[in-house]
Amino acid sequence: MHTYIPRKPDRTGKVLVGLGLFFVVTLLVLPLVLIFFSAFRSGWQLFTSNLMDSDMISAIKLTLLVAVLTVPVNLVFGTLIAWCVTKFQFFGKKLIIALIDTPYAISPVVAGLCYLLLYGNQGLIGGWLDDYGIQVIFAWPGIVLVTIFVTSPYVARELIPLMESQGNDEEEAAILLGASGWAMFRRITLPNIKWALLYGTVLTTARAVGEFGSVAVISGSIRGQTNTLPLHVQLLQQDYNSVGAFTAALLLASIALLTLILKTIFEYLQNKKHTTPA
Amino acid sequence: MLPGFKLSLGLGVFYLSLIVLLPAITLVLQTLEISWDEFVFYLTDPRLIAAFKVTFAAAACASLFNGALGLLLAWILVRYEFPGKKLVDTLVDLPFALPTAVAGLTLSALFAQNGWLGRWLVPLDIKVSYTFIGIVIAMLFTSIPFVVRTLQPVLEDLSLEYEEAAASLGASRSQIFRRIILPHIRPALLIGMALSFVRSLGEFGAVIFIAGNMPYETEVVSLMIFTYIGEYNYPAAAAVAMLILAASLLLLLVIQVIQSYYGRRHRKI
Repeated sequence: MHTYIPRKPDRTGKVLVGLGLFFVVTLLVLPLVLIFFSAFRSGWQLFTSNLMDSDMISAIKLTLLVAVLTVPVNLVFGTLIAWCVTKFQFFGKKLIIALIDTPYAISPVVAGLCYLLLYGNQGLIGGWLDDYGIQVIFAWPGIVLVTIFVTSPYVARELIPLMESQGNDEEEAAILLGASGWAMFRRITLPNIKWALLYGTVLTTARAVGEFGSVAVISGSIRGQTNTLPLHVQLLQQDYNSVGAFTAALLLASIALLTLILKTIFEYLQNKKHTTPA
Repeated sequence: MLPGFKLSLGLGVFYLSLIVLLPAITLVLQTLEISWDEFVFYLTDPRLIAAFKVTFAAAACASLFNGALGLLLAWILVRYEFPGKKLVDTLVDLPFALPTAVAGLTLSALFAQNGWLGRWLVPLDIKVSYTFIGIVIAMLFTSIPFVVRTLQPVLEDLSLEYEEAAASLGASRSQIFRRIILPHIRPALLIGMALSFVRSLGEFGAVIFIAGNMPYETEVVSLMIFTYIGEYNYPAAAAVAMLILAASLLLLLVIQVIQSYYGRRHRKI
């Protein structure tokens, strides 16, 4: 296996690196700086008063509720599916993998539409739930369901390549030595996939908090009630409250930055774990 | 041999059916209820056709640009050592981590006529916010990581020996690039650009902030679907959604074919 060792750029290399850095700064760094600048442009007081606004607080609370309900579901089922498709050979495995990837291919608005049709008053499940007086659409349960859909691939997708590369040997040894299924998972599998699992969780959280299109369809954007933080960004911008919009954006951008930092740390730890034994 | 097969398969299939399959089937069923005449009526609306043109053209521009930018970024990240390299590598993922609404809000402020970047484009008579270019910028921003991340491993695999051999036989730099490097990375480049295209077709959050959303001019298909839903015109929304979904799935199938073809050829060597 040949891996290329990077070296100091020559003259052409310097031009290429310069050009690359130019685009990174204009397209990726400048937007981040602008968010911080615009949120604090009119001073600390306006920032905090926007932050303490009752609609903002309820948007933050709803967004956190959605994340708290979404992430554990996708964490558990993502791990189960990864276990099932990496440790066993069976008929229909490709179909399951294709189904996991489907939410990637579906545009957020289309995802919202699917859930609207299914859980709306005339929908298959929605009509039935309506008889019991349970409202899904234009309410928080709908937001949670569609967010589960949109973020369903992330944990499984992080785990599958890693678990595939690790093979079954260690787990099989544990079982042969008499470990119970749960003991095997806790003592062998979990330590092996720990960091990838954590990163999958972080990514799911970040996407759950930031989902816009599908939630916009399903929530009805009722101010103070079904308005998540990303929807609130749009609402504030439409109100010409630029500082408010950027205040909400700042909260979301901070979560994104935290995600990137954690990703770097987790990847480093996973690789270290992956290469040290042998 | 290992435990938990029935448990994980059973719960996994249950979850996928409920979360993915059932909603998707609902959309298909809703589309099947539409008569052919209705279907044609919805899809021949000139405003919708204009939106389709804008969306496909902008997605094509965005993925072409991302092809070039992604190649450049992947190349410098793999080949060269420079200060801040680790930071650049991390920042490439920003568009995946940043909520699309935040991206849209920020890009439209950045490229507005009095914005940090927009003001430099005013003397050149280039308007970005609320125009077609704005849509392209929003789409390319949200899909920057695709090409970089598909190219990086392939470039890392590319052995330097072939290039050295070509150089020692008197090949120029552009010849080496065209004859040695490009054939090796072409499948990954195509896959990255196709992924970026699919993502751009469905992009909503980032686009609507910057596009201005003028009917016939800067309105994208996802916004049309959103508008139909707002008008409770679910059949029209479902018809258009079905079309966009079919286009995306077809492209992903093409990607699969490229991948398996490339995989087979790769193993032969």
